Amino acid sequence: MTVVDQDMRTLSAAAVPAAAPTGAAPQDVARESAVALRDVDIAFGRNVKAALALSDEGKSRDEIRRRTDVLMGTFKVNLDVRPGEICVLMGLSGSGKSTVLRAINGLNKVARGAVLVRHRGEPVDVTRCRSATLRDVRLNTVSMVFQQFGLLPWRSVRDNVGFGLELRGVPAAERNRVVDEKLAMVGLDAWADKMVQELSGGMQQRVGLARAFATDADILLMDEPFSALDPLIRDKLQDDLLELQRRLNKTIVFVSHDLSEALKLGNRIAIMEGGHVVQYGTPSDIVLRPANAYVAEFVKHMNPLEVFDSGSVMTPAAALRRDGDAVLLDGSGEVRLRVDRSERPVSAQVRGREMPLGHVDGSGAGNSAGLVVAPVDLPLRAAIDLRLRSPYPIVFVDDLGRLAGLCDHTEIYRGLLQHP
Amino acid sequence: MYDWIVSHKISLGIWLKVCVDFLNTHAQPFFDFVSTVLSAMVQGLTDGLTAVPPLLLIGLFALGAYLLHRSIGLALFIVASLLLVVNLGYWEATIETLSLVIWSTAVCVLIGVPIGIMGAHRPMFYEAIRPLLDLMQTIPTFVYLIPTLVLFGLGTVPGIISTVIFALPAPIRLTQLGIASVPPSLREAALAYGATRTQMLFKVELPSAMPTILAGITQCIMLSLSMVVIAALVGADGLGKPVVRALNTVNIAMGFEAGLAIVVLAVILDRVCKRPAPRKRKAAR
Repeated sequence: MTVVDQDMRTLSAAAVPAAAPTGAAPQDVARESAVALRDVDIAFGRNVKAALALSDEGKSRDEIRRRTDVLMGTFKVNLDVRPGEICVLMGLSGSGKSTVLRAINGLNKVARGAVLVRHRGEPVDVTRCRSATLRDVRLNTVSMVFQQFGLLPWRSVRDNVGFGLELRGVPAAERNRVVDEKLAMVGLDAWADKMVQELSGGMQQRVGLARAFATDADILLMDEPFSALDPLIRDKLQDDLLELQRRLNKTIVFVSHDLSEALKLGNRIAIMEGGHVVQYGTPSDIVLRPANAYVAEFVKHMNPLEVFDSGSVMTPAAALRRDGDAVLLDGSGEVRLRVDRSERPVSAQVRGREMPLGHVDGSGAGNSAGLVVAPVDLPLRAAIDLRLRSPYPIVFVDDLGRLAGLCDHTEIYRGLLQHP
Repeated sequence: MYDWIVSHKISLGIWLKVCVDFLNTHAQPFFDFVSTVLSAMVQGLTDGLTAVPPLLLIGLFALGAYLLHRSIGLALFIVASLLLVVNLGYWEATIETLSLVIWSTAVCVLIGVPIGIMGAHRPMFYEAIRPLLDLMQTIPTFVYLIPTLVLFGLGTVPGIISTVIFALPAPIRLTQLGIASVPPSLREAALAYGATRTQMLFKVELPSAMPTILAGITQCIMLSLSMVVIAALVGADGLGKPVVRALNTVNIAMGFEAGLAIVVLAVILDRVCKRPAPRKRKAAR
């Protein structure tokens, strides 16, 4: 542990500019993160040192490859994945997304930088820890699902799911108990004694999922797990994964080349291009504020209804006109919302008449009579639905109940056209 | 020039002879020990098998083959062909040959499979031993029959040693092939779940390579059987003996009958060692 501590100290020192008061902040970030990558360079080839030197000079991947015959997998990748979050690494093939994923459990060697994985409550740098520690991380903390399933064809479904526990040395009886539980979870309890070869692709990947869940690892690495499947089955498995995630609350790092999959699953998305993370943010961040032309090209054909929450399209509270303790919700000032000292909506008047406030929850359900007040993370689709049924703009409040913004026709149209 | 080359003969053969003589005088206890152990093993197995009444043993063989392959045809063929061997009077010789083949194969597997595994894990090592494997398979058998004769004396043991030298490359090559062609995705999956080297070998590599390794063992059995006659030249018991005797006495009848018995044994072993039909698969696709 002390070794890691020191690593972290030097790391945080390196990560923070000299002017910053202390190195504490990034270290705290790393401590809170389930997975944290710090300036990770990955290189494939012999003459890694020369390649890294060229990379420091800012040379491109192609030039480095031409001059040293080393293929740079990633350049200075930084990533923090919070516990319980689904982080999607997205990019075209060759962008380095799988390379990053495989560094998290040490399948890829890291040339430079640190990969911190929270293992037994403490961050462990898998690039520097002892091999026994790395094995412990793989046995207990990080499990993996593969694009081509990676199931052992000579084993039954049951023995495949129990593989991780078997490697850990768990006795057969205990193992079978866990396996039955996980198979029920993915809906394959009737198939336990079949050979994996007898199952369809979608079912084989369920076996892969069950195997990953069986070790009760906190962190799941998923390397394009659904890419080899038919669209319908893929959609079903994505829904199942989200449903399981609601119950299990794992930390998932998910690789995908499909933006709609990324937007559907990801709490945050890291877009990768040529070994760089070009943007890391929430789905609406990515769609609304693409960092460069590459990301913009990716999101151009997105259906905004699938992505946006109302918060990303609303007019923020600060931009609304005020009249004393009332906020004016329309241009003519006929719809007014009174707020208390801490900015919580109290009452509303329409043309001088009192109007009740209707509160709805994050899915748009609830009392939608009168002036609708909704949480700020309400999906855009639900906001449109509410606006359709209400004659007034929708008011949004943050998680402390304070006025956050407002959504009317203009905001909705802008959101749909992706012109915030 | 030519005369000079001719008159300055490099004494390759002499050097080898010196080596063999050296081994013979200084490592004699070792070779005696190997010789004693091997001949005891072969003799023990032969005695054990001949102690069983032939008809009962034939029945057991047929039953075993049936249980392994679920094929009535194979069982009937085994019964019929072995009864023919009994009728021809070569039962005992067949058993002797069988135990020679079994032990040669056992030694080959014991040595060959670990070497094959090592070859798959260390490509440089495999590159280094490949010429040796080629040599073992191409050098005429009689050439190494002579030194083995010197080192181990007449009898079954030099027969086994020569057979092992000839048949050993098959399991080495096929084990190496099998392990080297384990799909990388399976290795990776095992690694990601924390497999140690030993677990990787026994839970992933060997099961995945098993069909290829079994093919190597079958091949090894067939190669051993093909050495039966040559082993008989240095005094090994079995079906090779009547063939050699028939050759020396120009006895067409005896040569044909003994040869037929060898063929019967070969066919039976080949059919029995063939991989059982693969289990039903891809039903639900």
